[in-house]
Amino acid sequence: MSDMDQQRRQFLTRGSAAMAGLAIAPGLTLFDFAQARPAGEPASSAVRWGMLIDTTKCESGCNDCVTACSKENGWPEAKTTTDVQWIRKVELKDMRTGRQTSLPMTCQHCAEPPCVEVCPTNASFKRADGIVLVDKHRCIGCRYCMMACPYKARSFVHEPVLDHDSDMPRGQGTVESCTLCVHRVDKGEQPACVEACAKGGHRALLFGDLNDQNSEIYLRIRSVTSIQLRADLGLNPGIAFVGI
Amino acid sequence: MKALARILLPLMLLATAGWALADDLVAVAGPSGPKLDIGKGGHCVEDPRFMITNHMKLIVHQRDETMRKGIRGGKYSLADCVDCHASKVNHSVLGSNQNFCQGCHAYAAVKIDCFECHSSKPREYRKASHLAAKDVK
Repeated sequence: MSDMDQQRRQFLTRGSAAMAGLAIAPGLTLFDFAQARPAGEPASSAVRWGMLIDTTKCESGCNDCVTACSKENGWPEAKTTTDVQWIRKVELKDMRTGRQTSLPMTCQHCAEPPCVEVCPTNASFKRADGIVLVDKHRCIGCRYCMMACPYKARSFVHEPVLDHDSDMPRGQGTVESCTLCVHRVDKGEQPACVEACAKGGHRALLFGDLNDQNSEIYLRIRSVTSIQLRADLGLNPGIAFVGI
Repeated sequence: MKALARILLPLMLLATAGWALADDLVAVAGPSGPKLDIGKGGHCVEDPRFMITNHMKLIVHQRDETMRKGIRGGKYSLADCVDCHASKVNHSVLGSNQNFCQGCHAYAAVKIDCFECHSSKPREYRKASHLAAKDVK
C-alpha cells in the first residue's frame, strides 16, 4: 500500500469515527475513540488509564463484571477466601439509614502503589500509562504486596494452572490482580468488565484516559462528585467512585 | 566430462543446501539428535540455525519489552512460536520427546519454565476448543 493510500485510509477511519461521535443521541456523546497503540511503540506516560464507577447504577446481585473478568483472564470462579479473585462485588449497608450500595472492587491502580514499594524483586511495577502489574517472570510469591495493599486487591495462585490463556499467562506460586485488561487496552479496546456492564445495560463503569481533556471520563470526573477509596492514604488511585 | 561436471556440480550444491536447510537440527545436534515434529513450520522469523542457538535470547528480550514497557506486535513472540510449531497430533509444543519444545529441551537437559504460565497450545486451537466448550454448555 502506498503512503497516499495509507493516509487516505487513516483519514477515512478518523473521519467516520468523528461522525459516529456526532451521531450518538443527545447527552450520550462518545468521546473515547478506540485507538490501538501502533506496534513497536511503548506505553506512554502522557496517558493515565483509570475508571469511574457509578455505584448508583451498579445493581445489587449483578455479577456480570466478575464473570466477564474471570472468562477473559482465565481465573476460575472463587469458592473460598484464598482462591484467586481479580474483581469482587461488595455490598455495603449504612447502619444508620439502611441505605444499601453495591460496587465492584479491584486493583485501584494507584499512582503511588504500596505493592510496588514493598516488592523485593521489582516484580510489582507501574507501567508508564499508570497500570499496576505483576511481572510474573520476577515474582517469587513472597506476598508482601498482598499485605501492603489496603484494598485487598491481590491474590496468590495456590493451585497449578491447567488451562493457560495465550493473552494472559498465569502460574502457580505467583501473585496476580486486575490488569485493567492491559492486553485489550493496548489493542484499543475496553476492559472486559466495562464491556460486560454496558452490555447488561447498567453502564456503571466508565473507562478512559484521566489525562485526556477530551475524554468522557475526564469530563465526568470534573462535573460530578466522586471519591477515591481511602484517599487519606495519599495513594491517588486511578479508580474513582460516584455515590458512596 | 566438463559437460557432466557442469550439470552435476550445481545439482550436488543444491542437494547439500537442501539438506542443510531441511535438517539444521542434525547439523547442530548431530545425527543422534532429537527427531522433532515441527508442526505447521514454514518460514521462521530468523534463520533456523540462528534460532536453535539464540531463540531464548530473543524471547527473554521480547518478554521484558512487552511486559514492562508495553511494546506490542514485536517480531519475536512466544505465542507465535507455539502457533507455528505445535504438533498437529496433540496441538501442543509439549507432551512427548517428539514435540517441538519438549523434544529439544529433553535432549539438551534444559528445564523449560515458559509453559508453567504461558499456553503451549496455538491460539487458533484454543479459540476453537473454547467455542466448542461453550456450545456444550
